[in-house]
This record gives sequence, C-alpha cells and structure tokens, in this order.
Amino acid sequence: MYDGWKIIIGIIIFIGIATFPILYDIGKASVPPPEPKIDTPEIQKMAEKKCIESKSFMKTEHMVMLNDWRDSVVRDGNRLYITTDGKEYAMSLQNTCMKCHSNKKKFCDECHNYVAVKPYCWDCHIEPKEEGQT
Amino acid sequence: MLETALKGSRKYWGWIFFLLAVIGAGFISYLYQFRIGLGVTGMSRDVSWGLYIGQFTFLVGVAASGVMVVLPYYLHNYKAFGRITVLGEFLAIAAVIMCMLFIFVDMGQPLRVLNVILHPSPNSVMFFDMLVLSVYLFLNILVGWTVLGAERKGIAAPSWVKPFIIISIAWAPSIHTVTAFLYAGLPGRHLWLTAIMAARFLASAFSGGPSLLILLALIVRKYTRFDAGQEAIQALGKIVTYFMITNVFFLGLEFFTAFYSKIPGHMEPLIYLYTGIEGHAKLVPVMWTSTILAVIALFLLVPPKFRKNEKLLVVACIATFLSLWIEKGFGLIVGGFVPNPFERITEYWPTLPETLITLAIWAIGFLVLTVLYKIAVSIKEEAVFDKYGQKQVK
Amino acid sequence: MSISRREFLKIASASALLGFGGISAFEILQPGQFEASQVMPDSKGLVAKRWAMVVDISRFRTEEDYKRCIEACHRIHNVPDVGNLKEEIKWIWKETYEHAFPGQKDEFLSEKIKDLPFLVLCNHCNNPPCVRVCPTKATFKRESDGIVMMDMHRCIGCRFCMAACPYGARSFNFRDPRPFINEANKLPYDTVFTNGQDREALIKKGHLSFPTRMRGVVEKCTFCYERLAVGLQPACVEASQGGLIFGDLEVPNSEVRKVLNEKYSFRRKPELGTYPSVYYILG
Repeated sequence: MYDGWKIIIGIIIFIGIATFPILYDIGKASVPPPEPKIDTPEIQKMAEKKCIESKSFMKTEHMVMLNDWRDSVVRDGNRLYITTDGKEYAMSLQNTCMKCHSNKKKFCDECHNYVAVKPYCWDCHIEPKEEGQT
Repeated sequence: MLETALKGSRKYWGWIFFLLAVIGAGFISYLYQFRIGLGVTGMSRDVSWGLYIGQFTFLVGVAASGVMVVLPYYLHNYKAFGRITVLGEFLAIAAVIMCMLFIFVDMGQPLRVLNVILHPSPNSVMFFDMLVLSVYLFLNILVGWTVLGAERKGIAAPSWVKPFIIISIAWAPSIHTVTAFLYAGLPGRHLWLTAIMAARFLASAFSGGPSLLILLALIVRKYTRFDAGQEAIQALGKIVTYFMITNVFFLGLEFFTAFYSKIPGHMEPLIYLYTGIEGHAKLVPVMWTSTILAVIALFLLVPPKFRKNEKLLVVACIATFLSLWIEKGFGLIVGGFVPNPFERITEYWPTLPETLITLAIWAIGFLVLTVLYKIAVSIKEEAVFDKYGQKQVK
Repeated sequence: MSISRREFLKIASASALLGFGGISAFEILQPGQFEASQVMPDSKGLVAKRWAMVVDISRFRTEEDYKRCIEACHRIHNVPDVGNLKEEIKWIWKETYEHAFPGQKDEFLSEKIKDLPFLVLCNHCNNPPCVRVCPTKATFKRESDGIVMMDMHRCIGCRFCMAACPYGARSFNFRDPRPFINEANKLPYDTVFTNGQDREALIKKGHLSFPTRMRGVVEKCTFCYERLAVGLQPACVEASQGGLIFGDLEVPNSEVRKVLNEKYSFRRKPELGTYPSVYYILG
C-alpha cells in the first residue's frame, strides 16, 4: 500500500470523529426516557379521561393528524373532527388539544426534547400559560 | 477536471481567498438576517422587493446571454466563436447560481422553499421561473462539462450533446421571458405593465451579458495563455452595440407611452425615478448615472474606430454593464413600487446587512466563475494557442 | 475487479440520489390520513357561495366609529403593532378618498368627500391576482365561499402576492411579531361585539384564541373565516353597528344584494378586472 501510514492514521481519525457522539457518552448515566405528564387540572376534571384517539395512535400519528387537520380547517373549511367512536371535536391545536394538555413543557416538550425535534407549531399557535409564567 | 482548479499562482489563490473573505462576511450577515427576519433589509410594506430581487432580475439576463455565443457557433457554424462558447456557458452557470441564491436570501421562510415543488402551481409565473432556471443550470453544466471533457481528451464532443445544445439555445430566452412575466403580468404596477417588458429584458441581457463576457475574455487573455480571439471579441462588441441601441430605444418607447398618453399611473414611476416626487428623490442620482453611462457606452460603441480600439472597448463594456446593472438591477424593481397603490411614496435604500449579503453572493458567483474558467483555461492551454488564436506547431 | 475513482464516485452518488429520492417519494406520495366521513364543517357555521361586504360610509361619523372596527379586528387576530411605518402590519384601516380611489382624484371634488376617511381592507376579489401568482397556493380562493385565504403554514414569504395586489392589502412579517402584540389588548376570536356605545362592554367574551403569525409570512384580512365557521359575523361587521353589511352575493335577497340593488355602489380600481367583493356606498 502506498502512503500506508497516512491512510491508516486517516482512518483512525475518521472513526474517532464519526463515533465521537457515542464515545462522549460512555460511562455517563443514560438519559431517562421521556415521561409526558397528563395530570393537568383540565384532565383531572374530566369524568372519562380520554383523548381524541387512543394513546398508541396519538403517539405514532399525531404529527400526520395535525397536518391533515391543518389542511382540513384552512383549505377545505371543515372544522369538526369525528373520532372513531363518534364524538365531535373542533380541529384545533390551540383550542382543543392544548385545552386539556395545557402543560407544554411537561407534555409536548418531554418527547420532543428527547428526540431533539423542534416543531414550529408554537411559533404561531399560542401555548397555554403555565404555572409561574406571566 | 476539477483538480486543475487547485493549481494556481499566488495571484490566483490571493483572489480566491479574497472572495472567500467576502463570502464569509456576507454569510455572517445572512445568519443575522435569518435570525431576525427581513426587517434588517431596507424593504418595507410598500417596497416589498428590493436589491435581492433586483440583482436576480439582472443576473437572469446575464445568464441568458450565454446563448449569444452558443447560437452563432452551433446553429450557424460561426467558427470565430469556437473558443469563447465555453466561457459563455460557464458564465451562464455562475449567473444562474447567483440568481438562485438571491431568491433564497430574499425569502421570508427559506426552509420552506421546497413547497414550490411539493405544491406545484402552474398558474404562478414564479413556479415556472424556478423550473426554467433549474433546467437551464442543468443544461449548461451538462453541455459545458461534456464539451470541455472531450476537448481535454482531444476528441470531438459526443453526438448526444448536440440536441441538448439546441435545447439550451431555445431555453435561454425562456428564462428571462419568464422573469419578465413576473413583472409584466401584475395589474397594479404601472411601471411594469408593458408588453415590451420581456423585449426590454432581452435587449439588456444581450448587451449586458456579452459586455461582461468581453471583459472576462480580455482578463483571461491577460492572465493566461488562452485567447478567445480578436474576431470573437469584435463580433461580441457589435452584438453589444446593437442590443444597447435597442435597449435605449425601448426605454425611449416607455417614456413616449407614458408622457404622450399622460396617464398619471404610467408617468409617476418614471417621474419619481428621474426627477423625484415631493422631495422624495433618493433614486434620482442613481438613475441619471445609469443614463450618463449609457450615453458614454453608446458613444464609444457605435463608431467602429472606437469599438475596434480595445482599450476604449473595455471602457464601453464597463459603462454598458454598470448602466444596465443599475437600471435593471435596482431602478426597475424599486420604481415599480413607487408610488404605492395608494399613491403614497415610501422610498427604499439597501441596508448594510443587505449589501454585505449581496456582495457575498456576487463573490460566490465570481468564485464559481473563477474555478470554472481555471478548469477551462487549463484544458485549453494544453492545446497551445498563440496570441491570435491560431494553433501553434509544437 | 477494479474501478476507477471516477466510476466509484458516479455509482455512489447515483445510489445516494436514488436512495434519498426513493424515501422522499414514499413520504410525499403517501395517501392522506382521513376518509371524507371523518371531517365536516360545523353545523353552526355560516355558509355562502360568495361572501361580500358593503361599506356604508355615511354610518361612519366619528373617529370612534372607525376605531371600533379596526380594533375589533386587530385585537382578536393578534395583529402586532410594530411601531414603524416601514414594517407596518394592518388588516383593515382608514384611507382618505383620494388615496383609496386614486383614479378619482379631482381638485374640485367636494370637500366633504375629500376629507372623508374610508375603511379599506382586502377586497377578496373574484379574480384575485394574488392567488394567480402564489407559487405554493399558500394564498388561495376557497371553493366553498370565495374567501381569499391565507395558509400560513405553506407561505414561503416570497412576497409575490404583495407585488401583485393592486390594493396594497397585504402585510409582511419582517420580524417576529410576538414582542409587538399587546397582550393586555387580546380578545378571543369568538367574542361577540356589542351594539352598545362602550367599546369595553362586550356581550360575550368567548374562549377560542387565534394564533399569531411567525416572521417571514404574509398576512391579511381573511373575512374572519374562523368566526364564520362558528356562526358569527366578521368582527369588523359586528363592531360597525350597521356601517358594514356582510352577506352572500349569490343569494338574491341577502342584505348585501338588497343594498346594492337600492344604492349606487362603487369599488376600488374596477378597471383592473379583479372584481372586488368589497363595495362602497355613500349612504
């Protein structure tokens, strides 16, 4: 191999940089899995503590659902959503979802921060004021 | 072929690093603009397009001017342009890249730019603009690279390139026609609502672009052993002359329509640009500079004795380019917004961050141009040419 | 088998492109989530084929009359006060006759008309140039009711619509609007505006809030589509106490049609062929 040593050193440096994120965290305590809290006062008041759809559905599909809601409300003029068990809800992040889940920091942000996702919803959609905020 | 761009003299690398410094400064400015918003520019609710879109508009013309050398050579076998076509094509590539960058920095939500592709809107001229610019960039890269590669190997270009060349010749006028349509189809802006908008763009493209190409060819001749050829440069000079005359003529037509019909909507933008209205006169010195430069340019271009003198030709080309750059790259765009739909005047002037970003994009354009020209020249120098473009016997 | 560096790079980039392209195509072409039966409009909502407004300028006599309408709109929609004219955002505002109708400028025009402020807003044209030019359909004319809408999620901030609008109806968010929104002044969008004299005495405050916008998008009046959806008239109409008449142009005996039938009406820049849906009458 020509320039053998240069190549080997280069490969070692490359592996070092590429695996740096893993090496940096070796030995450190692992980040605990996210625990979104659903114990807001509004949810506590509910007789039947049920979201619009099931937890598993929401966990995997809430992003797509919100996108579809957006197109439905803004572009098609449909405001109401009928759940799989016949209930009616207004399709609104601000006025429906966040009315019950009024704790963005302990609910929405928990998972979003864990997976390092920054959805820009709240650049426009006003988040409910939480404890300690003016 | 890219490795030829990595070998160069001290001056070459000095130029590259200067460009990189300008790009760096502009990039930091852009981060500032991205964080705060377009409020850091001079644009306002009334003048909602400014320097960025103006520069884009002008550069679309420069990009299209590549066709001015490609068409005579490939369609009409005008051999004298044989060496300059690649310079024209590479100038087109650099110009289109600048166009796309100017559009990008002008957008309020640049991260959503792909929405134009995800939600195609054939009713929108801007959708078509994106389409034609992208295809034109692709065509020029494909054709320029292939032809140059063939020349490097010392063989004729592959025959499949020919149809792409023909398409690029037909495509070039489309990019500035579509860009002109951005303006010419808007009902509320009387400076722009003219049937000859696309024709004016054509005229300024085919005088501004070739004038830049002449300057670039002369610079290349000075610093390398590559010479585009006396005949090519003189032919381009004639093209610049005739299209500059056309351009000034078209401007005169606009003035006639406005001031003979005396319709206020048509007159007012021109009055604002050239004399100011009610004390608002920021653009007046700028527009008159453009006019004076145009007069100087024509004075030096029209008489063949002056045009054949290369030193005077340089002055004429600089004057032409600057005059058109001011007129199309600034005056036309800002003028369209003044007065506003309520006949009020809001003036516009670029801010410092806006200027730094603009300079950085020009530097990126020149960087692309330098690298591409270095490649082209290195390859063409291999086949040794003498000062007047005749192949030497080794 | 040995391949050259060039061949390797060609194959690698082609594979990468195909890989990314394939994934993207899969994501983009995925079918939508809902079946048609799952969503529907609110039964309370007001429906029309073509919403229109008539501005009866004779009903606007004091400064208060204009302010009430403008503030109703700007308060429920969180319209920011940016503090300078350069970056001003306004959905509905006052203009003098000569500026709102520039083609009608005349030195011998009655002083009464010359100084009379007119309320101007987006005209929700039937042939809107702004919709024609939008490259992403972020602004579009709603099929159902003719409102020229804004989809803030899709707007790329190119401002082509602002150049196209012959009426200067659109505003751009040159920076983040949130710091400029008067928090104390906010109102829920389903607030019912009183017919009484006092601006503060509201019949019902409501509980639904309207989003703000972010920097980099264009905004304008959207005929209070969110209020229409819950059965309320637009805020400016309600607050105008009869100065603004709202209704369906396609219904022959609607309020707007009755007024247009009886009185002489005029629109802004009709010669441009935009067919505005906002009419003006002098009383």
